[in-house]
Amino acid sequence: MLTKNARLGLILFAVYLIFYGGFVFISAFRADLMEATPYAGVNLAILYGFALIVGAFALALLYGFLCTDDEDEVKGEQK
Amino acid sequence: MIYESSTSAAAIFFIFVGVTLAISFYLGGKAKSSQGYFAAHGEIPWFINGVAFAGDYLSAASFLGICGMIALYGYDGFLYSIGFLAGWIVALLVVAEPMKRMGKFTFADALDSRFQSKGIKIAVGISTLVVSVFYLIPQMVGAGALITPLLGFDHWVGVLIVGVTVITIVVTAGMVSTTYVQFIKGALLVVFSAVLTVVILQRGFDQKKGGEDGYEFSNVGPVATADIESSLRQLDGMDDAELLAAEGDWKDQPFIRFSQGEKLRVWHVVPAAEPEDSENVLLREAQTLQEVGGKTLVNGEEKGKTKGEAELHPIGHVSKLPGGQEKTGPLGPLSFFSTLQKSEVVLWRKQVVGTTATKTTVFYQEPTHGSEVLSPGGKFKGIREGKLIGKINFLSLMLALFCGTASLPHILIRYYTVKDASAARKSTIVGIATIGFFYVLTLYLGLGAMTSGALDVSDSGNMAAPLLAKSMSPTLFAIISAIAFTTVLGTVSGLILASAGAVTHDLMASGMGIKMGDEAKVRVAKISSVVVGAIAIVLGIQFKGMNVGFLVGWAFSIAASANLPALVMLLFWKGTTKQGIITAVVVGMVTSLGWILLSADTMQSVYGISDAKGFVPFGQPGIVTIPLGFLTLIVVSLMTKDSSGSEK
Repeated sequence: MLTKNARLGLILFAVYLIFYGGFVFISAFRADLMEATPYAGVNLAILYGFALIVGAFALALLYGFLCTDDEDEVKGEQK
Repeated sequence: MIYESSTSAAAIFFIFVGVTLAISFYLGGKAKSSQGYFAAHGEIPWFINGVAFAGDYLSAASFLGICGMIALYGYDGFLYSIGFLAGWIVALLVVAEPMKRMGKFTFADALDSRFQSKGIKIAVGISTLVVSVFYLIPQMVGAGALITPLLGFDHWVGVLIVGVTVITIVVTAGMVSTTYVQFIKGALLVVFSAVLTVVILQRGFDQKKGGEDGYEFSNVGPVATADIESSLRQLDGMDDAELLAAEGDWKDQPFIRFSQGEKLRVWHVVPAAEPEDSENVLLREAQTLQEVGGKTLVNGEEKGKTKGEAELHPIGHVSKLPGGQEKTGPLGPLSFFSTLQKSEVVLWRKQVVGTTATKTTVFYQEPTHGSEVLSPGGKFKGIREGKLIGKINFLSLMLALFCGTASLPHILIRYYTVKDASAARKSTIVGIATIGFFYVLTLYLGLGAMTSGALDVSDSGNMAAPLLAKSMSPTLFAIISAIAFTTVLGTVSGLILASAGAVTHDLMASGMGIKMGDEAKVRVAKISSVVVGAIAIVLGIQFKGMNVGFLVGWAFSIAASANLPALVMLLFWKGTTKQGIITAVVVGMVTSLGWILLSADTMQSVYGISDAKGFVPFGQPGIVTIPLGFLTLIVVSLMTKDSSGSEK
């Protein structure tokens, strides 16, 4: 019943949900992990936070590339 | 603090606001004559539309509230940035595509298309009204926060100015907030935030003992408990100060007070080491604010009116830098964090001593290690304290932010303002990029404000971003304030129009079946604009003490609780009935609103009951009320399946 684009959207959403959920649950239950500084002296909280923002952009970009324009709309464009 | 207006800053501000309004009126007027604004949508390039997304979405609350919360509490303010942006993913990937397939553009359209039910129209109309009003409050509070440092007026004057201006615009002209104006605003906000960030990085960190007025807070210790008085007496001018007895309200408080002429000098007494070292203590100078007989006393003296007279000292300084440096010089985008991570910043907390009549607010220093400033748990203390309630409160907020964007009645519309689906997706991607870039900047801006030495200790953070700009250059400050102010005007106008539309179309015309001609409709819409505007002004003044980002978080909670269950289930579950939708909207709205009004946060900051516990276990309703909305919808739909079985 779902269109190809809608299914793709839900799959990418599930990916982001896991990514976001990971951040929220680590913050809530293992806040100490967030204080670790894995890269350039910058802590995990900031790196993960930035990654969530960049990740949202990357997923949106991916979604934009993978989506097929709906058939009827493509026809509508041909004037 | 005392705020004096600068003529040139005020002039730049008014010119900027004036020009933006003029462009808006000009384009709005043109739109009317060209057979409706929406017909022109197909011609808007996707890139412009994408930046306009950012102009729409980045309300004053994003800029003022998030920066302020980061400035006050550190990393926790940034959680809002993350949540607000993540919400776009829900909107883009889950809700937008199926809704587009249904051919519906707004939440109300989509819900109504299947059932044509009066009940749904009334429920949705009311929920639109409630969400809009809750979204209006932070905008109004933000307006006050902008006006105070710029023009020197009190907070309520700013709220009143915005309210009256917007009501006038909406009632007399009807303001069509055009895509191009949103584009200009969105682009300017992001560009100037980037400029501020560059200045912050260039400035680096300085080790200091106080704020930008040059006053150095005197900290003493560690000293033995027995020597507290004698060691404070050694400070400048303290030898003949009178020690005030720790009696009445001050009994068993961690403060020691001296009266020195008219001045009141207070030190916060804290154990020298953790775990508690009962032998030695540290003494850190505090600041006080009292209301006595209609007068405001700061540190014991009557608050002055012009610079140089008594006022609270500005705050926000780095007390220790790594390796004992005094000045870091310019920093890179990553070394900014790694340096702060190893520094110590003085944050300020407040404690109210005494009851209403003799109330004293004491602001005291809390030196905080950089690693703590840069990790979650500064505002949402529960995360670090290991209490489950605190953790649930935090999860609840993050859930509401995640779900909120897709549930805001006015947000999704722009997805449909370009010519085809592909352009719509492209502009959403540009929008996410712009908004995401801005949210990355908020962390620099907030931390820059935290260490700027320019913050007002009595502010709830809303003025942090303007004050940061003020500490750099008056011109930059005027421009930033003007951009933020026009953003407030635009957002407030849009929300008031949306509320008026909900009252006129959803409630009166469709819901109650009142037949009205076009003129009557316009009249009703204008009257409701004035009423909603007046309500917003009153609430904007009432909610002054609260951070606007926090308030927007609540608006998201209500929107997500009332609207998201109905929207998602309608799109993905065939068994949804109209009774299910109506009850889910009503239950979600009433429970989340009720929860917020009964929470300890509201009772303390709005009703002014300083030690209120609240009637609900934690402040953020989302984690209870969003699932409750889904559950209600499913149960009611199953119960009413037969009676409305014909509606597929």
